[in-house]
Amino acid sequence: MVSRTAAHVLLQESVPVVEPAAADGVFTLLWLIIALPALGSAILLVGGRRTDPWGHLLGCATVAASFLVSLVAFVALLGRDAEDRSVQQHLFTWIDVFGFQVDAGLLLDPLSALFLLLVTGVGGLIHVYSIGYMATDPRRRRFFGYLNLFVAAMLVLVLADSYLGIFLGWEGVGLASYLLIGFFQHKPSAAVAAKKAFVVNRVGDIGMALGVMLLFATFGTTAIPAISRVSAEASDGVLTALGLLLLLAACGKSAQFPLQSWLLDAMEGPTPVSALIHAATMVTAGVYLIIRSNFIYENAPVAQTAVVVVGAVTLLWGAAIGCAKDDIKKVLAGSTMSQIGYMMLAAGLGVAGYAFAIFHLLTHGFFKANMFLGAGSVMHAMDDDVDMRHYGALRKALPVTFLTFAMGYLAIIGFPGFSGFWSKDKIIETAFDQNLYAGLAALLGAGITAFYMTRLMILTFLSEKRWAAEVHPHESPATMTVPLVVLAALSVLGGVLLLGDWITEWLTPVVGSEEHGELPLPAIVYTLIVVAVVVVGVAAAVLLVARRDIPREQPQQVSLATRFARNDLYGDRLNEALLMRPGDSVVRSMADFDDRFVDGAVDGSGIAAAGMSNTFRRVQTGYVRSYALSLFAGALLVVAALLAVNLA
Amino acid sequence: MIARMTTTEFEAPQVEYGTVSPLLIVFGVALLGVLVEALVDRRRRYLVQSVLSLAGLAGAFAATVVVATGLTGRADGAAHGSVVAEGAIAVDGPSVFLWGTLLALSFTSVLLFAERRVDGGVTAFAGQAAALPGTEAERQASTRGLEHTEVYPLMLFAVGGMMLFAASNDLLTMFVALEVLSLPLYLLCGLARRRRLLSQEAALKYFMLGAFSSGFFLYGVALVYGYAGSTNLAAIAQAVSGRIGSQGLLLGGIALLAVGMLFKVGAAPFHAWTPDVYQGAPTAVTAFMAACTKIAAFGALLRLFYVAFGGAQRDWAPMIWIIAVLTMAVGSLFALTQSDIKRMLAYSSIAHAGFLLVGFVGLQQAADGSTISSLQSVLFYLVTYGFMTIGAFGVVTLVRDAGGEANHLSRWAGLGKESPVVAGVFAFFLLGMAGIPLTSGFTGKWAVFTSAAQGGAWPLVVVAVLLSVVAAFFYLRVIVLMYFSDPVGEGPTVAVPSILTTAVIAVAVAATLVLGVLPGPVLDLAGTAGAFVR
Repeated sequence: MVSRTAAHVLLQESVPVVEPAAADGVFTLLWLIIALPALGSAILLVGGRRTDPWGHLLGCATVAASFLVSLVAFVALLGRDAEDRSVQQHLFTWIDVFGFQVDAGLLLDPLSALFLLLVTGVGGLIHVYSIGYMATDPRRRRFFGYLNLFVAAMLVLVLADSYLGIFLGWEGVGLASYLLIGFFQHKPSAAVAAKKAFVVNRVGDIGMALGVMLLFATFGTTAIPAISRVSAEASDGVLTALGLLLLLAACGKSAQFPLQSWLLDAMEGPTPVSALIHAATMVTAGVYLIIRSNFIYENAPVAQTAVVVVGAVTLLWGAAIGCAKDDIKKVLAGSTMSQIGYMMLAAGLGVAGYAFAIFHLLTHGFFKANMFLGAGSVMHAMDDDVDMRHYGALRKALPVTFLTFAMGYLAIIGFPGFSGFWSKDKIIETAFDQNLYAGLAALLGAGITAFYMTRLMILTFLSEKRWAAEVHPHESPATMTVPLVVLAALSVLGGVLLLGDWITEWLTPVVGSEEHGELPLPAIVYTLIVVAVVVVGVAAAVLLVARRDIPREQPQQVSLATRFARNDLYGDRLNEALLMRPGDSVVRSMADFDDRFVDGAVDGSGIAAAGMSNTFRRVQTGYVRSYALSLFAGALLVVAALLAVNLA
Repeated sequence: MIARMTTTEFEAPQVEYGTVSPLLIVFGVALLGVLVEALVDRRRRYLVQSVLSLAGLAGAFAATVVVATGLTGRADGAAHGSVVAEGAIAVDGPSVFLWGTLLALSFTSVLLFAERRVDGGVTAFAGQAAALPGTEAERQASTRGLEHTEVYPLMLFAVGGMMLFAASNDLLTMFVALEVLSLPLYLLCGLARRRRLLSQEAALKYFMLGAFSSGFFLYGVALVYGYAGSTNLAAIAQAVSGRIGSQGLLLGGIALLAVGMLFKVGAAPFHAWTPDVYQGAPTAVTAFMAACTKIAAFGALLRLFYVAFGGAQRDWAPMIWIIAVLTMAVGSLFALTQSDIKRMLAYSSIAHAGFLLVGFVGLQQAADGSTISSLQSVLFYLVTYGFMTIGAFGVVTLVRDAGGEANHLSRWAGLGKESPVVAGVFAFFLLGMAGIPLTSGFTGKWAVFTSAAQGGAWPLVVVAVLLSVVAAFFYLRVIVLMYFSDPVGEGPTVAVPSILTTAVIAVAVAATLVLGVLPGPVLDLAGTAGAFVR
C-alpha cells in the first residue's frame, strides 16, 4: 500500500482516505458476485416459460454462488492487515468524453464486504423461503427473475467504486422494487402502491442525481477514492449542499421523513419482497450511502446535524405508526422505518456512530427479515389474512413460526443478550454521549418499540383464538421454516460481532475511530435505564392489550393519538396538501397558459400570416402588364435604395 | 479599342481550348443534336437524342473534373484559376464548382425529360408544338404518338448558357450568356403536352418579362461602361476602387444590372413570373429551370458583385438586405395560401432565393478555417437546394389523375395511405426544404446563416430564421394533408415510373440525406474552390 502523505493525515485525521490496492488473487473474481444474479435474472426473464420448471432453483443457485464468492472474498480480507483491506477491480472504461471519464470498477473494503454477506446471505435465505411461499403462484419464475435482478442491482450499488456506479445500482434497485411491489398486478392497490413508491423515490433520486453532478462539478470525478482524497478542499457551502442532496437521496430510498410515506403501501408486495427489499437490504441503502460518503459528512457539520434530526424524527414517527396498525405487515413496516431511523441517527453522529449504525443495520437485517418471513408464514396459515385482530393463540398451531418469531421479537425490543440489545444499546449510549436530545429520542423509541412489538405478539400468538371457523392454521413447509430457523439463530447470536469490539475495529479502516469521551454516567447505567424503559413498554402493552378484550372489528371510538397513528400521522395528507395539490394547480395553470396564450399567439400569428397571404396574393393577377409594372417598380426601389444609401 | 481599329494586321484571338472544353463539349453536342433532328429517322430520334445528351453532359462533367484538378487546389480560400479567352471567361474554383453542379443536375434533368412511362408511353412534351390547342391537328399529333425531341438540344444550349453565365468575366459575355440560357427556356416552357394553353401563356409571359429585364441589364451594362470605360470585370473593379468617374453612372449601372440578375434568381419584387411559369411549364422543365437557372444566376450575381463591385459593397449591401427580406417574406407568406403544388414550390424557391441572398451579404473572405465565407456557403446551399428541388418536382410528376398531373393540393390528401413510399419521399424533401436537421436543407441554412452572422448581418439572420419558421408551416401543411386527411373522391393515383425518374428521385433523396448528415466533404470542396479570380 502506498504510504499516506503527511498532508492527508493532517487534513483528515478522523476519516481515512480510501486508497485501495489493485485486485489480485481471489479478488479478481469480484465481478462474478454481480454477474451471477444478473445472469440468472437475464435467463429467467428472457427465457420465458421454458424456464418455469427449474427457474426458482436457478434463482436460488445464483444467489447462493454469489454468497460463496462473497464469503471467500471476506475470508481473504480477514487474512490481510487492517490497512490493506481495500481492493479495487477495474472492469472497463465506462464513459470517456472530453474531460469526463468514468471507469466501471468495483471497490471491496470492510464496509462493502459486510454488505455483500448481508445481501447475498439473507437474500439467499429469502430466495429459498420464496420457493415455498410462492409455490402456488403461476408467475413464480418471473418472481425469481425480479428477485435476482434486485440482488444484482443491490450488489452493483454496494460494490461500485464511483458515485455514478452507485447511482446505477440505486436506480436498478428502484426498478426492481417497483416491479416487486406491484407483483400482484391484478390488485389495483398493488399497482397504486408500486406507482407511489416509484414516484416518491424519484424525489430522492433527483437528490442523488444532483449530488452526483455536483460532485463531478466540484471534484471533476465521481470516483470514490479520488474524492475521498480531496474532499476536505471543497468549500463548506458545497460540502453542505452535497451532504443535504445525498441525505435527500437517502431519505427517499430508506423511507425516512419526509419521504417515508411509500414504505407502508409497499407492503402490498409479496412478503418475501417486504423482508428482502423493504426490511433487510434496499431500505438500508440510504444508510450505506451516508457512511460511504463519510469523507463528505465529516466536513459538513450542518448536513450531519440534518441526518441526526431526520433519524430522530423518523424513529419516533415509525414507532408511533407501529402502535396503531392492525395489519401485521404494516406494524413491521412502521418498525422498519423506526429502526432505520436509529441507523440514520447513528450515522449522523459521525465517527463515533458509523460502526454502530452498520452493526444495527446487520442485526436488524437478521431479526427483521426473520419477523417478516414469520409474518408471511402466519399469513400463509391464515389464508393471506393480514389483520391481527383475526389472529390469536397461534402459538399452538404454528410452533416453529412462533418460536422463531419470538427470537426476533426479543432481539428487536432489546432483550439482554439478544443481538438487538447490543446494537441498540450502543446507539443509545453514543447518542447520549453526543447529544442529550438525540439520546432521549432514541431512549423513548426503545420504549415504544417494546410496546408495539409486545402488542403484535399478544394479538398474533397469545391471547384468545379469534379466527373464523373455516380457517385451519397449519405450519409452513420446510423450505419456509428452515430459513426462519437460520434467521432466528442469527437474531439471537448477532451480538457476537461486538465481541472484543470486533466490528468497530473491522470498520476502522473505512470509518475511522475515535476515543470515547468520558460518559457522564458509567455505561452500565445507560444499559439499565434502557432495559427499564423496555420493561415499561412491555408492561404497558400487557396492561392495555392483553388484559382487555380484543374485538374482531377495529374500534372506532378511539383517542385522538390513535386516530393520528392509524392515518400514518397524516403523512399522505401532508404530502397532498403541501405538494400534490399545489403541483396540480401549477400544472393546470401552466396548461391553461399554454392553451390560451402560447397557442393563442401561435394560432393568431398563423391566422394573421394566412390573412396577409390572402390579401397580398391579389397582386398576382396573372396579367403580364401588371407583372411588368411591378418589375419596373422594383427597379425604382433598387435605384432608390442605392441612392438613399449613397446620399445619406 | 481605337488603337486596334487602326492596326492593319488582324490579330487572331487566343482561346485556351483545353480550359474551356466543358463549355465547348456542351455546345458541340447541342449542335450535334440539331443535326440529329435533321438527319435521323423520327422513330429513333428519342433514343439517339437522349443518349447523346446524357453522353455529352457526362463528357462535359469529366472535362470539368480534369480542368478542376488542373487548378492548383488550395484550402486557404485564395483565388486560383485563370482568365481565358481574351478576358471573356474566368475559369476558377467557383466556376468549376458551379459547372460540376450544373452538369450533374442537368444530367438528372435529362432523365426526367426522357421519362415516358408515367404518361402512357410518351414524354411530357407536346406532340406538335405548332398545332393549335384543341384542333384536329393536335389530336392527330397525339394519336400518332409524335413528340418533340428538339427539347434535348434546346436544353443543352440552355445548360451551355448557364455555364458561360456563371463563368463570364465580361459584361458583354455575361449578357450573351444570359440570352443563350434564356431563349431555349422560353421555348421549353411552352411545350407541355397537357394543359397547353397554360403552358403557352407561361412561355409568353416568361419571354416578355425576360426581355423586359434583359433590357434593364443591357442598360446597366451601358451605364457601367460609361463609368469605367470597359466591360471587363477586373477593369470595372479598378475603376470602382479608384473612385474615378461619375458615381451616378456607377450606381445606376449597379441598380439596373441588379434588376436583370435578381429577375433571373426570382427575387422579390422581380418574382412575379415565377409561379405562373413554374406552374405552366412541363414539370420536368420546371425542375430543370428551378434548380439550374438559380444556380447559374447566383454564380453570375456573386461574380459580378464581388469582382466588379466588391469595392462598393457599402453602397449595394443595404439594397440586398431589403431585397432579401422582401424575397423571404413574399416567398414564405404567399406560399401559405397556395392550392397548387407547383405554385407552392415556386414560392418556396422564391423563399430559398431570399435565404441565398442572406448568405450573399455575409463574410466576403474567410479569415481562417473556422469561418465560412459567403461564397462557400452559397455554393453549398445551391447544391443542397438543387437536388431537393429536382427530387421534389420529380415526385410531382408521379401523382396523377385522368387529366395528367394532379397538381391541386386537394388531390394530394391521403397520399400517405395510397402510396406510403411516394408520400414518405415527398415528405422528406419538404422537411429538407423546411430545414429540419438531418437533411441537407438544415446544413445549407446553417451555412448561409453562419456566414451572414459572421459578416455582421445578424439582424438579417434573425428575420431569416423567423421567416423560415413561417416557411416550415406550409411545408408541414402538405405533410399533414398527405398523412392525416382522408382522400377526396377517387383519391390520387400514383404512376409507377421507369428507372429514369426513380433514379433521379433516389439520387436526390441520397444527396439530401448525405449532405444533411455528412456535409463536411462538399462543404470543404466549396471552401477549396476559393475566391473568384480577378
